[in-house]
Amino acid sequence: MQARIIIEAAGPLTTVQDRGRTGVMRFGVPPSGPVDRLAFAAAMALTAAPEGWAFEISHGGCTVLCQEGEIGFVLCGGGFLADIDGDTAAAWRQGTLHAGQRLRVRAGAGNWAYLAFAGSHKPPLWLGSSATHGPSGLGGGIVAAGAAFDFANARPLEPYTLAPPPEASSAIAAVLGPQDRHFPAEALAHLAQTSFTASARFDRMGRVLGGPPLVPTSISMPSEPALRGCLQTDGDGSLTVLLADHQTTSGYPKIATVISADIDRLAQLPSGQPFRFELIGAREALLRTRATAAANQAWLNSLAQCASLNESLDERLRASNLIDGFIDANRP
Amino acid sequence: MPPMPAVRPIGETAVLIDFGGGISIATNERVIALDRALAARPPVGMIETVPAYVSLMIVFDPLVTDGEAIAAHALALLDTASSDTRPPREHVIPVRYEAECAPDLAAVAAATGLTREEVIAQHLSGEYRVFMYGFGPGYAYLGGVPPALQLPRKPRAERGHPVGSVIIAGAQCLITTLPMPTGWWVIGHTAQVILDPARAQPFLFDPGDVIRFERVP
Repeated sequence: MQARIIIEAAGPLTTVQDRGRTGVMRFGVPPSGPVDRLAFAAAMALTAAPEGWAFEISHGGCTVLCQEGEIGFVLCGGGFLADIDGDTAAAWRQGTLHAGQRLRVRAGAGNWAYLAFAGSHKPPLWLGSSATHGPSGLGGGIVAAGAAFDFANARPLEPYTLAPPPEASSAIAAVLGPQDRHFPAEALAHLAQTSFTASARFDRMGRVLGGPPLVPTSISMPSEPALRGCLQTDGDGSLTVLLADHQTTSGYPKIATVISADIDRLAQLPSGQPFRFELIGAREALLRTRATAAANQAWLNSLAQCASLNESLDERLRASNLIDGFIDANRP
Repeated sequence: MPPMPAVRPIGETAVLIDFGGGISIATNERVIALDRALAARPPVGMIETVPAYVSLMIVFDPLVTDGEAIAAHALALLDTASSDTRPPREHVIPVRYEAECAPDLAAVAAATGLTREEVIAQHLSGEYRVFMYGFGPGYAYLGGVPPALQLPRKPRAERGHPVGSVIIAGAQCLITTLPMPTGWWVIGHTAQVILDPARAQPFLFDPGDVIRFERVP
């Protein structure tokens, strides 16, 4: 089955993203890929899209018309809401668009969502990946109104509302360094004890965090490698967390690094929401990341299972017949 | 024996091997040598490495290994790394310095008290080293701008410079690969493509390479 969708409206931060590229940070190319990797993984698990990509959508939302055929979709992340031709909007929504139907996505409390389709479409690759590097637009590309996407092997998905991922604790865990030695003791104390706010100033490169200025003792240092999650300050002490499209090296000191399990949560916090950092050691961070990875995988597995239980009666019967036959043969 | 580098955690997914001190060719050579040694004998779970002026970041999979194991592996390679005496690869990059390719050449001449031809001669006299990449995709920091040409950045970044612009600030020279705004001084243009995704090796330079500029007659 062929299907064609048309992007009728798209906010400025709408891009094509696959899981990102590795191995080229040494040449100045960050991984890119989804800002919220768990929501993206959910969209991938449910659509089983062979090329493994989704539209990343931010506050501007987007409107998609199904011009030909029919195709299943999944919208995940940020509490973003989807309606079809003005029906009751729902977050974490799966369903099918038929020719002539319009899917409208608008922002929820968070900042980033993923819209994936159950079909095959090959977006442009750059350095082996369709992840879009926002500042240059290289990769699958920045998506603008008027763009058309043709999908082969399009298949429908049953209407279904997914269970969002398990709530995590509110503190954002971080490990001191790599340049904490460039900060006075009072800056380190502020980082550990003061409340910060997630600001509305963000893009795919980073998010500015409101709070007391964390002024370094000196900003004269050779540029050093930077990584997603690094908490970087400029000369005035303004704090930014680096995200998917971060610069790969920087001459500004990084006081601490948010652990990978919490980076995407920080990127999704509603603008203006206060939070605190919890400073932990690298060993504790490793244990938490491993525990979170296991919990996330269990959630993804349960999502895929629940969604497939919701498949059409035919498919369920076929699946159960196969299983029954198998069991019958082995345990008469 | 030079001092052992410091090991600094970057969260739970990377470590920074920091050789310390200021920017110098000797220190950068140690960074590049360790980078090569790790490429030849990667520890289990290593994802990628990022060499910089005086430090090397090693990114790893936290589900497979941890920072201590990665750092121990890297430090054990330091002896092997210091015996790497391969000569650097050299590139010759053709540059045009005509006014339409070099909008800031006159300003650089005025700020340094040199004539335009002297600025060009100074730029051509330098031997440049690829210390690291940064700022944007394919932006290689080339150290070695002669002292007479070393100027601070402009107060504001400006748009509209084409890909291939040859730009300088302080001791650094750079060849742009994207039409991104820059506060550096645009003193020339090269037709040599630094970043070409269609090539087997998309990036022309490796950190540690040596660059010379040649004037297009």
